[in-house]
Amino acid sequence: MPTTTISADHLCVGYGKRPVVEGVTLDMRPGELLVLIGTNGSGKSTLLKTLAGLINPVHGGLHLLGKHAGQLPKRVAYLPQHPVSSHTLPLQVRDVVTMGRFAHLGLFKPVTKDDQTIVEESMRRAGIEEQANKPIRDLSGGQQQRTHLAQVLARQAEVLLLDEPTAGLDINGRNLVASLIAAERARGVTVVMATHELLDAEHATSVMLLAQRVVAVGPPDVALRDEFLRQCFGFTQPH
Amino acid sequence: MALTCAVTGTFVVLRGLSFIGDALAHGVLPGIAAAMLLGVSGMLGAAVSAAVMMSGVGIINRRLRLSGDTAIGLLFVGMLSLGVLISSRSLSLVGDLEEILFGDLAHVEWSTISIQFIALLGLAIVFAICRRPFLLLSVDEGLVSTSGFSAKIFHNVMMAMVATTVIVSFTTVGTLLVMGMLIAPAATGALFAHRTSSMILIAALAGLASVYFGLLASYHYDLAAGASIVLTAVILFALAAIVSEVQKFRIRRNDVDHEQEHPHAHGHVHI
Repeated sequence: MPTTTISADHLCVGYGKRPVVEGVTLDMRPGELLVLIGTNGSGKSTLLKTLAGLINPVHGGLHLLGKHAGQLPKRVAYLPQHPVSSHTLPLQVRDVVTMGRFAHLGLFKPVTKDDQTIVEESMRRAGIEEQANKPIRDLSGGQQQRTHLAQVLARQAEVLLLDEPTAGLDINGRNLVASLIAAERARGVTVVMATHELLDAEHATSVMLLAQRVVAVGPPDVALRDEFLRQCFGFTQPH
Repeated sequence: MALTCAVTGTFVVLRGLSFIGDALAHGVLPGIAAAMLLGVSGMLGAAVSAAVMMSGVGIINRRLRLSGDTAIGLLFVGMLSLGVLISSRSLSLVGDLEEILFGDLAHVEWSTISIQFIALLGLAIVFAICRRPFLLLSVDEGLVSTSGFSAKIFHNVMMAMVATTVIVSFTTVGTLLVMGMLIAPAATGALFAHRTSSMILIAALAGLASVYFGLLASYHYDLAAGASIVLTAVILFALAAIVSEVQKFRIRRNDVDHEQEHPHAHGHVHI
């Protein structure tokens, strides 16, 4: 019987005491993919930040791998939405990806050969290995996003929390993200991903439609029905 | 002073902390003026002022839910006005005000230089310990917490480094100009560096060159020393920016030429 990786019981997320989304209940197992879909301000990022432990729940229960959110940085990796400051950073791609190992290294442990191998492998999987020695600010938006994805992979976590990982990527990039997520799920990683794109939900275990409340949750064929999409977006998106 | 500013200035530039740094540099004025009136160390007064200012910014930001730059701006002008008022209460301080604002390199004592050297060592040690969370802070604050570090603690450590740099450097170039030494050499480094360590190294070299050539100009043309140093740092940045742009133009032109000669040389797709 697989253990629960993410459990939420009537979780209310928001900022301070101001709720953004209420009534989130989750019971995720290893290898599952939950896709959060909604417009800007619908609460996707707020829910992901709560799962990552960056903001406290307004109320309700939340556990990741049996602990409170934010207590297991080595086992949970988070990809923030648009880490824009990279445009000015004098950092090489390899340095940015190596940051993915910092949760394991802490302040003082030196970077080992094993860490370097993981970093090289993560860059190769994200298709950014040819740019390894380039400054990240010289890369296109899509290449920067791949670099941040490689950083998340380098954590070798059991739970991935991805805030719009396909933002700024073309069709090749989207396919790459889909195949990376599939590969991670195959090795038992639980993935929660926020997106605007219905196509990203194709292979999800479950989909949650958000519009400052939970509009629908369930397998893609149930949650993405026209009636729920209308409530979420105000109109029906073409599939 | 140039080396201290290089270490701290690198992260001021990377994290976009110029405004808070500038505000801090002006906000130490009342502490220095009060310290002079009471006959105690100006650096001690500056440290108290900096602590009051940082606490005030934190309280306005968190409790009143006003944006960070509003909080900084309010404290900035408030502390500056208080400093001028304290100075104007004492006729003996009016002359000193210019010294506080623009520094007095000619009368820098060995004790000040010793304090600056100790501060440099201290900041270098703190930087060596905190370099990983500092790098994460420069990319995204969320990454710091989700990597197992406290964003709040390391942000405060970084701000303490900025405050320390301002406090130990104001006697040399003054509170008005210290930000020039924090930002200009580090910005020069940012133009060329591909790694943070090389950015600090370039910033240090640019800072040292600014001090050397600034003092040379000040000596030969009888100019104010602090202003000469900072202006040299800004001119060095402008020259570096021109060189950097020319370099980029050449690289782009070479790429275009190469693409015209070998239209499908690159097999991979850039996204």
